[in-house]
Formats: sequence, C-alpha cells, structure tokens
Amino acid sequence: MKVSHMEITVNDQTYSVDVEPEMPLLWVLRDELGITGPKYGCGIAQCGACTVHVNGYAVRSCQLAVGDLGSSKVSTIEGLGTPDSLHVVQESWIEHQVAQCGYCQSGQIMQAASLLSTNPNPSDDQIDAAMSGNLCRCGTYPRIKAAVKSAAKKLQGS
Amino acid sequence: MGRLRTITRRTFLIGSAAIVGGVAFGTYMAKRPIKNPLLSDLEEGEAAITPHIKIDATGITLITPRADKGQGAYSMQARLIAEELDIDPATATITPGMPGPAYYNGAVMEESTPFPAYEQGALAETVRKFMHVPAKLLAMQITGGSSTVPDGFVKLRMAGAIARETLKEAAAQQTGIARDQLNTENGAVLLPDGQRIAYTDLATAAANIEPVTDVDLRPKSAWKFLGKPTQRLDMSAKCTGTEQYGIDFKLEGMVHAAVRANPGIGAGVESYDATEAETMRGVQKVLPINNGVAVIADNTWRAWRAAEAIDIKWEPGPYPASTANIFTQIENVLDADEHRDHRQRDEGDVEKALKNGELFEATYKVPYLAHAPMEPMNATVLVTDEQCEIWTGTQIPLFVRDHAAKLTGLDKDNVLVYVQPMGGSFGHKLEDTHVLQAVEIAMAMKGTAVKLVWSREEDMTHDYLRPGAVAKGRGTVIDGKVATFDLSVAQSALLPDWFGRLMDMSIPGPDATITTGAWDQPFAIPNYRVTGYRAPTMVPISSWRSVGASGNGFFHDTLLDELILKASADPLAERIRLCLDDTSRKVLEKVGEMSNWDSPLMGPNKGRGVAFCLSFGVPTAIVTEVTNTEAGIKIDKVYAVVDVGDVLDPVNLEAQVFGGVIFGMAHAMNCETTFENYAAQQNNYHAFEGMRLYQVPDIEVVALSNAQKIRGIGEPGVPPAAPSLGNAIFAATGQRIRELPFNKQINFV
Ligand code: FES
Ligand code: FES
Repeated sequence: MKVSHMEITVNDQTYSVDVEPEMPLLWVLRDELGITGPKYGCGIAQCGACTVHVNGYAVRSCQLAVGDLGSSKVSTIEGLGTPDSLHVVQESWIEHQVAQCGYCQSGQIMQAASLLSTNPNPSDDQIDAAMSGNLCRCGTYPRIKAAVKSAAKKLQGS
Repeated sequence: MGRLRTITRRTFLIGSAAIVGGVAFGTYMAKRPIKNPLLSDLEEGEAAITPHIKIDATGITLITPRADKGQGAYSMQARLIAEELDIDPATATITPGMPGPAYYNGAVMEESTPFPAYEQGALAETVRKFMHVPAKLLAMQITGGSSTVPDGFVKLRMAGAIARETLKEAAAQQTGIARDQLNTENGAVLLPDGQRIAYTDLATAAANIEPVTDVDLRPKSAWKFLGKPTQRLDMSAKCTGTEQYGIDFKLEGMVHAAVRANPGIGAGVESYDATEAETMRGVQKVLPINNGVAVIADNTWRAWRAAEAIDIKWEPGPYPASTANIFTQIENVLDADEHRDHRQRDEGDVEKALKNGELFEATYKVPYLAHAPMEPMNATVLVTDEQCEIWTGTQIPLFVRDHAAKLTGLDKDNVLVYVQPMGGSFGHKLEDTHVLQAVEIAMAMKGTAVKLVWSREEDMTHDYLRPGAVAKGRGTVIDGKVATFDLSVAQSALLPDWFGRLMDMSIPGPDATITTGAWDQPFAIPNYRVTGYRAPTMVPISSWRSVGASGNGFFHDTLLDELILKASADPLAERIRLCLDDTSRKVLEKVGEMSNWDSPLMGPNKGRGVAFCLSFGVPTAIVTEVTNTEAGIKIDKVYAVVDVGDVLDPVNLEAQVFGGVIFGMAHAMNCETTFENYAAQQNNYHAFEGMRLYQVPDIEVVALSNAQKIRGIGEPGVPPAAPSLGNAIFAATGQRIRELPFNKQINFV
C-alpha cells in the first residue's frame, strides 16, 4: 500500500496531506481539506465543474493526480474572491445573474478568469473555444457569454 | 376589482387551511387537521405566525417549502411573502424548513385534469380545484409541474399579509392605538407619531392572539419586490463557491460510501467477491444492500475505487434486455384497440375524413432520456436507535421521510429530512433510491454519519428516465388548409409507475401523461383526434423537465408542420388561423413580429421553423433560424414568446426560458439513453453531451401578460424547442427528421 506524505499549496496556504499520489486533486481538496468550491460532475474531463487554477491556468482537478502537482500552486474559487471582495469575473457573473442551480459555476468562473488573465479582450470565437469544455445542464450559456464580455470590458477599464 | 376579490377569497381558504390546520373547513374530504410542522421545533419565546414565517427576538425566518433545484424557487417564495409582510427579503433567514403535511402543493395536480389549460369553463375550474383534494389527502410536498408560482402566488402573499396584520394587532393591543391607525415598514410596525416597534419585539405578543385573517392583498401597482428585476438571493453564494449543496454537506466523524447497484434496475445480486476491495486503503466495510453492494471508506474516491474492484454477478434485469426489444413492445401497442389508454380529443369525423383525399402518414419516435443534473445523487444519513436524520436535495421530502421510517422501523416523527440546495434535478430528485441506499448503509453504521455519493456512472445508469415513445401521425389537407389531424402516441404509463413506487398505491384509470402536450393544444381542426396507447411497464420511468409534453410537443407540432406544408400554407399563418385561444394566438403573432417572419432570411442555406406548445398552462411559441453549413447545422437564432400572466421576476423568467429552450434543443440534438444487456449505455457526459457554449444561439425572450392566471415557467420552454429546430432543419435542408435525437441523421456545428 503506497502512502505518500506531501505538502501542497492551495489558496496561498500550505497543507500537508497523507494520500495515495494517484488520488485526483479534486478529492484531496474536497474530502481531505474540506475545500468544496470545486465540484465533481463527471470525473472524466467532460464537464469542467472541478476546474481550479494551477499556477494560474485552468486545470480539471479530477484529472490531475495530486502526486503530479509538485511545487505548483493551486487556487480554487474560494481563493479567487469572496462575497465581500469579489473578483471582476464574479462581479460580472452576479450582475448578469448567471447562476441557476449554480453547481457548474465555480468551474465556469475559474475557466473564464483563466481566459481573461491570458487574453483580456477575447473575441467571440476565443470565448467559445475557451468555455466550451464547461457544461451547464441548466443552460446558463447565454449569460455566461455576456458576463465574460462584460468582465473583459471591466478589465479594459471602460 | 371583482375578479381580484374572488380569487383572493377563494384561495384565502386554502391559505388559512395551511396556517391554522384548517383543512377541516368541510369543503374537502380530509377532515383531520393538518399539523403545523413548525410548532414542534418552536422554542419558548418564539411565535409561529403562519407556517411560512417564523419570528423571534433574533430575527425573521421565511420558510420556503418548495425545493430549489436551481430555478430560483427560494428567492421567489421569499419575495412573495416579503411583499406583504413588509420586510426586505435579503434581511431574513430563508430555509426550506422541515417537511410537513401543511405544505401541500395543490397546483401540482391541477393540470392532470381532463380539461386543457385554455378551457376556463366552470366545470373545468371545478375539477381543477377538486384536484386539490387528493393532493392534500396524499399530503404531497412536491416541487414539480412548474407549480411553485401558481401554488404560492396567493398563498404565500396571504401568509405575509396575515402575519403583518397580526403583528399590527399585537402592536395595537400594546399601545392602545387602533390597528387601522398603524402602518408597517421594513420589518417594523409604525405608530402614527413615527415611532417604530420591530416585528421581532412583537413576536411573543402576536403568538398569544388570534391571527387576523381578514386581510386584503396589495394591488399590483403597490408591489415593491414583485414584477421588477431583482437579484436572486442565492446569487452571490453561487458565484463564490460558498453555496453548500447536499454533496458538500459534512458532519464530524462522517464516513463516505459508494454503491454499485444492478444496472438492470430493480434486479438483485447473484453473488459478489469483495476480497480485493476489502484490503484497499481506507476501506472500512463492504456490505450487501438492496440490489447491490456498498463500500464504506474514509474518502469518496477511495470508496468508489474499492466499489469498482468488487466482482459482481448480476441477476438479469426485470425488463427487455435491449432498446430494440423495448421499442418493439411500444410499437406493438400503437393503434392496437385493446391497448388504448385514452382518447381525450376526438372532434369531427376523423375516420371518414381520412378516407377523403390524399392520406398523409408518418411515424415519429423519441428516445428514453436521463436527467443527468450536474450534481450527482447523494445523501448524508445518521441513524441512531432513536432517530434517523437525512440531509439531501430532494423534491419529495415527505416521501423520503415515510420511506426511511418504513426502512428503519422508526416512527415518522423521528425521521428528520433537511432539504439541501440542489445542483439541478430536472425531475431526478423526485426519486429517492439513493437516499434509501444511504439509510440502509447508515443502519449498519449506527451512530456514524454516512455520506453516499453516486459516481456519474452510477447516476446515469440508475436513473428513472423520460419515457421513450412512438407516434403515428395521419392527416389530410383540403384547399390549402389542414382538414384532418390524427395522432396516436404509445409509451409506458408514467404516473401509475411513480405513484406505485413512491406511495405504494395503485392509480386506476388512464395516464394522461401519454398524450399531455398533444391532446390539449388550442387548435380547431375540423377533424382532430389524439389517442394514447399504453405500453407495458419496462425500464423505470419518471418525470423529466416538462413531463409528457417533452415528447408530445415534438410529435404534435412536427405533424402539424408537415400537414401545413403539405397544404402549401404558411407555417405561422396557418397555426394562427387554426388557433382557438386568444392568449395563444397573441403569442404566435408576437413571435412572428419579433422574428420578422414575413421577411426572407438573409443568405443561402438558411431555414426558419416555428413551433408552438401549450404546457403547464403557458402558451409558448418559438422561431428557430439555422444555417446548413458544409460541416452541419448551425443554430443561429431563437425567438421565444411565452405568456405566464403577471411576470413576477423578469430576470429569472428570461433565465428559465433560456434554460428550457437549451434543455429541449440540447437533448434533441444529441442525447438518448439506450439499453444493452439490461444496462443504460450512456453512463457519462461524453455520451450524453447536450449543447456546448459554442453551439448556443442568440436567444431573445418576450413574456406577454394576457393570460388570466399566473403560471410557472420552469418547464414550458422545453416542449416547442425540439420541433422548432426540426422544422427549421427541414426548411434549410428539405430533410424531415422524425426521430430524436437529430444527430442520428445530421451533424451540428
Ligand atoms: S469533474 Fe472534472 S471535468 Fe467533470
Ligand atoms: S447552473 Fe446548473 S449546471 Fe450550470
């Protein structure tokens, strides 16, 4: 039985965990650390509900074995912004009243934040390309598009 | 004014029944007063004004019993109460409360009557009202049938108004100032001199007086929260990852469970070997459960991995092994007299008319479909010798309670169900197999809380599906007009199955869902007939967003489109000509105006389709525009018009129509659940993809308010979505696709 002690950094905090290196980051976050913003939807990289940032880039945490994390830094929706101090993307999401059940939205928001951090002014096609790996069964897509665009505008300062 | 008064008074009786336990009014068969579920958990110093509002020294709690699956039900219910109570809903605590029979849902049964929703005649109204009785008898606390708003519109505002006036009365008695001299504002009673007494300070006094039930509801013009764009109360939590869904629920010392149940749903386990699983890290126990095997471990992932490592031999499933066999059984009953379930529409002389002129005939088919909400089924359960506590997202908390009581042998009063926010449902959470599995496991772990989470694969292979169905359409046209419309639909019966499963009760008589969304459409065709045929019960089926109308909307409108085109008439103009209901006709006219129906589409390979369906009392018309590209169909634009009567929340209404249209189109594009060797074949989203963001068209929504009755909008967007897309594909390509999903025959880009 392989057991591995490791240290991981999530939302600027270091945790030491004692888990199999092949355990997906998602389950380390949710069950070992109690960080439940990232959601489980499919476990096979089809829905994006589990999206977190690793070194600033959107990653499906259900696909990343915690043992492969090395010294990379993880941030989750909880680290992006809080109800009292929202990230620009979250602000736009609330203004556009995007969420219905909301279950996919942590992932959608993390995906959008990652897109805008590398491309602050994406075209429609670029939004489509970046956001189409995130499923929303409630059909909030039209407002997701609108919210990404208005977040981009805010980032341009216009 | 006259109309408002009647509605108010009539529904007031219903409202007060819930408040004072007054189902013994005599109008109803149920004489036993319904217990107020709040009283049992009230502490001293607290006053229960009505079952929807709780006020104590620390604050105001609004109890919103209709579950929130994502449709915004909590916010809407809170706002309905707050509007009359005179508080800012954002300052109150909002909770679904404990399930109790006082929260019966009358409206959910309303549309199961043998009258179409547009028929507002006296008899129709009587029967529709009568349906409140069985709902009450069965003490159904169900969320479904787009009924939250129609059910709560008067009842919840009444609760707020009664509470407000009772608080004023308490203040009147305290100050000696007559109640009609007092006002209210933002959670306080206002005295004529401007002094304020907070509701929270009046709670105890209010508890000791008779509630003031002679109240009037505020006119629309005085509304503060209703009818205006407002922010959903759960929005900030849902955009910051802080909303706690059932799957996020946690108790100290909790263990995690995984199950594998027979994919031949309902059949048992022949044998299993868990030798390997038992030695895996973190595994505490492997145990047999009803129709399956469960693993208890210290982490969800470990429990799932161990469950996969169990070698299980399943008994054969209790239904035909493959989709082909299942559909053969459905096809066999179609148009077979001995299997006729009902014929609720039969106008003119269809038999004779079909022999008159050229006969049009076509067969249509819709698949079985999983609900697949993003949050998989889960439940956390703690069983002790005295009680059973359950934390889960559910649309049927009372059934959950009763079933868990039966399973544990505990008294119903000792089973407590705490309804959690849901990551979607679409009808899946009208079932409780997963909860009962969790209870079974927790019984083997007394004193330790057990959280069971279904893997996506377990979820999609153990669903109660939207029934697959087959339809036969026939018709004739004369002089450029549709003369005969004859639709036969065959599928398994849905409601008897569900009632039987959940209430252990057999419901005799026809199952209206076989033709709902087809027999009840507001058209006048000289010879018009819709017949339902009942296939045997096979794979388990249940309600799926828009229920019977989800398939029947496609059958009815596609056949109508084909006949109209055969008559060489204009699809929109002919629907308008045939329409016999004013409200519906205006919806059709509006969608024509919005979409510039009469102007040609710009560009080659473009096509435009219109579809209409009246469901849950809401006439809904959709125009879809597509382009036939080299790589496949591109959906360019959708125009949707609905009429729900007064719009209580325009922002959420638009979101629900977006969601409904996308849900309807997404499944029509590429989703089906098929069976092989008794097991559902599509076990994750790779095989059940739906619509992705790049495929989503621009959608424009307009809500008209000509309807007399207020209606819910969670479902009506779904039924016309698929036929409007199919009709548009035909317009663009000349290819008529009569079987869903469309991607069996055409690609989408
Ligand atoms: S749970 Fe990771 S992509 Fe779906
Ligand atoms: S908001 Fe429900 S799945 Fe996206």
